[in-house]
Amino acid sequence: MFETVILSLQGLLGPVWPLVYSMAKIVAIVAPLMLGVAYLTYAERKIIGYMQVRIGPNRVGPKGWLQPIADALKLMTKEIIIPSGSNKALFILGPVLAIAPALAAWAVVPFSPELVLANVDASLLYIMAITSMGVYGIVLAGWASNSKYAFLGGMRAAAQIVAYEIAMGFALVGVLMAAQSLNLVEIVKAQQGGVFSWYWLPLFPLFIVYLIASVAETNRAPFDVVEGESEIVGFHVEYSGMAFAVFFLAEYANMILVATLTSIMFLGGWNPLFDFAPFTWIPGFFWLIGKVCFVLFLFLWFRATFPRYRYDQIMRLGWKVFIPVTLVWILVVGAMMQTPYGYLFH
Amino acid sequence: MDRIKDFFSTFLLIELLKGMAVTGRYMFARKITIQFPEERTPMSPRFRGLHALRRYPNGEERCIACKLCETICPALAINIELAQRDDGSRRTTRYDIDLTKCIFCGFCEESCPVDAIVETRIFDYHGESRGDLLYTKDKLLAVGDKNEEQIAKDKAADARYR
Repeated sequence: MFETVILSLQGLLGPVWPLVYSMAKIVAIVAPLMLGVAYLTYAERKIIGYMQVRIGPNRVGPKGWLQPIADALKLMTKEIIIPSGSNKALFILGPVLAIAPALAAWAVVPFSPELVLANVDASLLYIMAITSMGVYGIVLAGWASNSKYAFLGGMRAAAQIVAYEIAMGFALVGVLMAAQSLNLVEIVKAQQGGVFSWYWLPLFPLFIVYLIASVAETNRAPFDVVEGESEIVGFHVEYSGMAFAVFFLAEYANMILVATLTSIMFLGGWNPLFDFAPFTWIPGFFWLIGKVCFVLFLFLWFRATFPRYRYDQIMRLGWKVFIPVTLVWILVVGAMMQTPYGYLFH
Repeated sequence: MDRIKDFFSTFLLIELLKGMAVTGRYMFARKITIQFPEERTPMSPRFRGLHALRRYPNGEERCIACKLCETICPALAINIELAQRDDGSRRTTRYDIDLTKCIFCGFCEESCPVDAIVETRIFDYHGESRGDLLYTKDKLLAVGDKNEEQIAKDKAADARYR
């Protein structure tokens, strides 16, 4: 059925076909992602509310399910104010540069063995390269606003993201050593089997470091010195309306992205919890979604629990704790692979 | 030795996990939110909300224009003018409370010798222009007439403490 539709469209459109088909694939990824972002904000407000013994949004639509739609409509109808002293081109470019990497990284994310937009061999490298780009949008936005507060927020963001990217990169080095591959599909395939053959167990310190570093990378509480919704003024003070909404989208899209990457690299991607009957009936795609939801829930849980780190504590944690820990564990993994116990780490 | 113990408890994130256990537990706790327009918190009979002027059961207004409330009002929110009525009794011709000035201290209610000015339990009123919050004698009497039953009950409940 699907095949015939594809073939007939291919005949109909001729040379334009590859373009249309790629666009369709992009839409098929981005549209559910945006919906996921919208409902992640709802889940966040609801879960944090519950943890604070409140009940969260419940007025718009049944049980508040339409709240994200209402928020989106509100932001879209608001005016975008461009400060007169700002660098207009860069001011507009900022949010675009923030959201582009968050979306581009999805090109190589495998949802199941077949369901991946681009099965590239160096996809892990691509992910690391693309996610590092996200900081440009923030720095640019802070600088182009021509405001002291936005600028300071941008500087904090740059320092923090750069610091944690190193630890994150080292954590991923551990993964690629264990999987012997840079291809995300291969990495997931290497984790076949139940919970105990996923990489979170042999690479436990790296898993924890990656999880915490990804919270810091996405500027979430308790590492939210970049924006600090309630008190600290962040890099996007001068943004309003849809321009601000794009930053918001980028932050949450990044959250979903790092949660997916954590699931793929440490929690076995689409592999079921246990490798026998009732668990294998559920399609791999839903296992991945479930794991992503679990990691996202952890992010929200962190936010509801921990007070914000002081700036120097963030730096100390990033440089003096995470980097040594990851280096030591990479060494352990490398050394163990030369011993007869190496199979534990594969 | 303590430092070593400290190091390990920090390194293994013990404190952080304890914190997460607390928030995780509270996620399933009963929620304390009151859904305001549908639910309301319990209220004391002494609650000091919107003002009202009361009448006697025969319909005669209680206020005798003694001006004690006007005198004691710390926010100078009350304005009273008076005249002698045809039957020789002292009555107000004007009794205004500016609710934008009022601080809801309840002194007017306490000072009133005839329980004429009272503060009701009503707190969710509003005005759409500034004049709407200047309550004149007519408005105050209307509030009193409408809520007399509740006011009388609250006064009775509080009577033995006064």
